[in-house]
Amino acid sequence: MADKDILLDVQDLSVHFPIEKGILFKRKVGAIRAVDGVSFIVRRGEALGLVGESGCGKSTTAMAIAQLQTVTAGHIFFEGKDLAAMSPEELRRERMNFQIVFQDPYSSLNPRMRAGDLIAEPLRIYARRGIITLSEDEIRKKAASLMDRCGLSSSFADRYPHEFSGGQRQRIGIARALALGPKLILADEPVSALDVSIQSQILNLLKDLQDEFDLTFLFIAHDLAVVEYFCSRIAVMYLGHIVETADAAVLYRQPMHPYSRALLSAVPLPDPRRERKRRRIILQGDVPSPSAARSGCPFADRCPEVMDRCRLEAPQLQMVDEEHEVACFLYASPSGFAL
Amino acid sequence: MTVPRLFKNGIAVTGLVIIVLYVLIIIVSFFWLPFDPSEMNSQRLLEAPSFTSGHLFGTDEFGRDILSRIMKGTTVSLVISIAATALGASFGILMGIWAGYLGGRWDNGIMRIADVLFSFPSLLLAIFVMAILGENTYNVIIAIGIVYIPQFARISRGSIIALKSNEFVRAARSNGAGRTYILFRHLLPNSMAPIIVQISLSLSVAILLESALSFLGLGVQPPEPSWGNMLSSARKVMMLAPWTAIYPGLAIVTLVLGFNLLGDGLRDILDPRLRNVR
Repeated sequence: MADKDILLDVQDLSVHFPIEKGILFKRKVGAIRAVDGVSFIVRRGEALGLVGESGCGKSTTAMAIAQLQTVTAGHIFFEGKDLAAMSPEELRRERMNFQIVFQDPYSSLNPRMRAGDLIAEPLRIYARRGIITLSEDEIRKKAASLMDRCGLSSSFADRYPHEFSGGQRQRIGIARALALGPKLILADEPVSALDVSIQSQILNLLKDLQDEFDLTFLFIAHDLAVVEYFCSRIAVMYLGHIVETADAAVLYRQPMHPYSRALLSAVPLPDPRRERKRRRIILQGDVPSPSAARSGCPFADRCPEVMDRCRLEAPQLQMVDEEHEVACFLYASPSGFAL
Repeated sequence: MTVPRLFKNGIAVTGLVIIVLYVLIIIVSFFWLPFDPSEMNSQRLLEAPSFTSGHLFGTDEFGRDILSRIMKGTTVSLVISIAATALGASFGILMGIWAGYLGGRWDNGIMRIADVLFSFPSLLLAIFVMAILGENTYNVIIAIGIVYIPQFARISRGSIIALKSNEFVRAARSNGAGRTYILFRHLLPNSMAPIIVQISLSLSVAILLESALSFLGLGVQPPEPSWGNMLSSARKVMMLAPWTAIYPGLAIVTLVLGFNLLGDGLRDILDPRLRNVR
C-alpha cells in the first residue's frame, strides 16, 4: 500500500507517569506505564476504533498523539512528519490538521463563552496569528454555518453552554473541532457521556461529517456496539499494549486474542435466541497494576489459555491474516512466524 | 451588555447607590463643609447633636464638628481602601494565577514568598511596613496593599488549579492557544467569583486596617481626619459622648456594606449560569 495512504503512524509510543516521593526533593520511585510500546497506523479516510477497558491507556494515547501529553518514548508521524521534532510554531500550524472531540461535553466547553464564540475561537486564534486570513465577519459566518451543519440552529450562537443539553453541547464540541478543517479527528469517547438515544444521533452526525469533510477518525470507546457501528478497523488495547488489530467485521466474527474474545463475549446480543446461547468468558482476577514491573505478556495473569512461555517473554504483534494482527503466542509457530 | 444587567440586579444597585452617595460627599467636601474640620472650639466641647447649634452630628473632644470631619475623612478612607485593594489584588492575582497555572517549581517559589508575608498577622505586617516606609497616607496604601498580596495570591492560585484540569483548557491548547491566552481568556474569567468576593471584603477591611493603623498613630496623621483616627480618639470619651464614635462608625459600616453588596451583585452578574436565576 502506498505510503501516502497512511495519515497517522504511531511507532512504539510509550507514556509513563513518574511516581514521585518526597516533599521538597522529589525522587522518582517508579512509573505508571499508561501506554507501553504502542504502534499502529491510521489510513486516510478510515475510522480506527481503539477499544479497551477503563485505564488501559486509550485516552492517554489520544492525548499523546494530539501533543497534549508528554511522550516518554516513540514517534508519532502525521503525514510522514514527526510531530515531536517540530518547533512550537510548526506544531501550531500542524494542529489545524488534527482536532479533538472530547469525552465530557460539560467540562470541554468554557462556561463563560457563548456557543458562537466557542466555535469561532480556533479560527480567531489562527487569524490573529496570521496563519489563516479570515475577517471577523467571515469567521462569524463560518461558525454559524458549522452550527447549522452540526444540527444546531445558528440562532443559538449567543447562548451559553449551560443553556444546552448534553447532546447539543457535544454538537458544539464537534463544530469547534471542525472549524479549522482538520484531516484527523481524535474522538475521545465522544458519546459515552450521553444518553443512548442521543448517542446514535451524534454517531450519525459524525458519520455524515466523515463523508462530507473527508475526515479520518481515531475513535476511542469502551462500548463495543458503538465501535462496531462506527469503525472500519479496530485495535484492542489492554494495559498499555495493543493486543489485536483487525478489520471490524473480522474482529467481531473471529476474535483471536483471548482478551478480545472475553471482551466481545461480554456484548449482549439483540436477538434473544442468540443471546440465550451467548457464552460469556469471565476473566479471573483484576487488571494488574500498571506500575508493576512485568516480564512476559501483560495479559498472562488473567488469560484462560496461559502457557509457560507467556510469563517469560512478551508476544509481539504478528500478522496472522491480511489486516489482522495479534500479539499472542497461541498463534505463533515455535520459530516465531505466524501459522 | 453588562451595564443594563447591573441595573436589573437589586443588590448591586443598592451597593452602587451607597458608593455613589459617598463619592458625591467627597465632591461636595471639596467645595463646601458645614464647619472647618480642624477648627477647635473650647466653648463647644463634646456637644450633643442638635439642629440649633448647627452641629448635626455633635462635636468631639476638641469642639470640632463631627459631620465636617466625616465628610473630609471620606476622601482619605475611600481612596485608601480602593487604592490598597487595587494594589494588593493586581500583584496578588498575577502571582497566584501564574503559580497555579505553571505549577511545580514556579508554584513553589511564588507561593513560598506569599507564605512569608502570610506568616505575619496582617496588622503586624502593616505596622512593619509603616515603620520602614514612614508615616504618611501613601504609605498606608502600600502597607495595606502588601498585606493583601498573599491573600489574593492564595485565592487565585487555588481556583486556577481547580480549573486547569478542565477539558476546555486542553481544547484551547489543541486549538493553538498559547499559555497567556489560556490563562487570561479561559482561566481567569472562570475564577472571578471568589476573587470578587475577596475584593469586596478587602475594600471593607482596608477601612478597618486604616483605622487600626491610625489608632496606633501610624496611619493618617492628625489633625487630618480619617474615619479610623476619629474612632480611635473617640474611644476615650465614648461613654460620655457616644456620638463621637457612633457617626464615624456608621460611616464605616455603610460604606463597607455598599462594597459588599456591589461585590455580591457583580459576582452574580458576571456568572452566566446565575444570570437568569434571581
